[in-house]
Amino acid sequence: MFDDLRIMFTPEFFGAILLPALIGGIAVTICSSLLGTTLVLKRYSMIGDGLSHIGYGALSVAAVMNMAPLKVALPVVVIAAFILLRLSESSKLSGDSAIALFSTTALAVGILVSSKAGLTNDVSHYMFGSILAMSKSDVILSVILSVIVILTYVFLYNRIFSVTFDENFAKATGVNASAYNMIFAVLTAVTVVLGMMMMGALLISSLIVIPTLTAMRVCKSFRGVVLTAGTVSVVSFLLGMFMSLLMNTAPGASIVIVNVVFFLLFSAVGTIRCRSGRS
Amino acid sequence: MKKILECSELAASYDGRKVISGLSFTINEGDYVCILGENGSGKSTLIKCLLGIKAPESGKIVMGDGLKQRDIGYLPQHTDLAKGFPATVSEVVISGCLGRRGLRPFYSSEEKKLAKRAMERLGIADLAGRSCRELSGGQQQRMLLARAMCAAKKLLLLDEPVTGLDPAAAADMYDLIDELNKKDGMTIIMVSHDVVKSLDSASRILCLCSSDHSFYGTPEEYANSHISSKFIGD
Repeated sequence: MFDDLRIMFTPEFFGAILLPALIGGIAVTICSSLLGTTLVLKRYSMIGDGLSHIGYGALSVAAVMNMAPLKVALPVVVIAAFILLRLSESSKLSGDSAIALFSTTALAVGILVSSKAGLTNDVSHYMFGSILAMSKSDVILSVILSVIVILTYVFLYNRIFSVTFDENFAKATGVNASAYNMIFAVLTAVTVVLGMMMMGALLISSLIVIPTLTAMRVCKSFRGVVLTAGTVSVVSFLLGMFMSLLMNTAPGASIVIVNVVFFLLFSAVGTIRCRSGRS
Repeated sequence: MKKILECSELAASYDGRKVISGLSFTINEGDYVCILGENGSGKSTLIKCLLGIKAPESGKIVMGDGLKQRDIGYLPQHTDLAKGFPATVSEVVISGCLGRRGLRPFYSSEEKKLAKRAMERLGIADLAGRSCRELSGGQQQRMLLARAMCAAKKLLLLDEPVTGLDPAAAADMYDLIDELNKKDGMTIIMVSHDVVKSLDSASRILCLCSSDHSFYGTPEEYANSHISSKFIGD
């Protein structure tokens, strides 16, 4: 087992495969945990999940038609994010059923198209992710997009707080809440597509949801939740990667499991604190 | 008396149904206006129009004295929004300063002071670092009122401020609002279901009786009019 590990850390492997994966991965985990805070608190947790399935459909169609996957998936998922957020706001079709409708349809289309074209194997790594197979251009793109997402988030932080906490009040103070929802939809869509390549369509929503839930067990302030969620997700990512290399497990799944362990730990701390606070 | 808000011939719909038409009234600085009306009478729609969230179909809302609609301090109707939301009281209160920020991204020390003063004024300065999940209903309303005060230059708009509070907390809240009106000179517009309390404290009553009929006048005039009998009884 440790021989394997030694090979992993040879300069060639490290520089060519592991380092890009780590850089791209850290960038995407930070983005997803930042956006996750708002998505969870606005009860839009499932949007990340829905979008990833839609992204899967788009990527499959792109693969079959021999087009650059990202160039197809990004715009499709951005548009889907607009529509899903809109539907969640209107009362005609409730948000969660709208997401279920959209995501299963897209998933079915993706599988139908790729199975017909006999490409299921190529497409299946979008289902489960393949972080070590990220190309150099994928990594560069992830880092650039992540920097944009993080900067936007920092600059709009106070407005994002206000819109997340109380949209009506934010509107009354002149904040254009629907514009922020739009910006948010775009940022989420970008993050989901990037995360999908890394974690796979099935697991990306865990990167969005779990760090925030973990941070909420112990943090009192919004800022605390955002910072803790970011830290926990990066640490989980690194530990998960290490675990997957050490034990030869699937990276995406390992990262999720580490995240869940942190969630349980933080829950225990939160419960103990709560009890000792009351007595 | 200086005009602070004038509404003329306002008409607005909700879900395609006309709920307000031909509504005109003038609010002066220092007034305490209570808005009465049954459910579905268009109170919430009127509030959205006053806040500038919704554009009226016709008619005009004019603010006096260089005020803008975003300078109205707004206390929304009670919801469970603070339940389970991780945010400290001071984070929530200072978010009321957002309207004055324009496009600058971060709060200045002046705004932090403003938030602190608002919390002190409402007696919640000691709760500043507490999570809003841990607050009682009355404390939560004070927090949201402090946020409204950060946004307010001269005018507070309160949408059923005591809904969900127990009688003691409700009485406290009413006292606080009276004080803000009398001592601090805040102009108050309050939506209320509590007719007796409204007649007691308000200087003006606005009653949205039906889509095309409304009453605006002093509490005495209201009590003597036939419209009130429906609400007060005999």
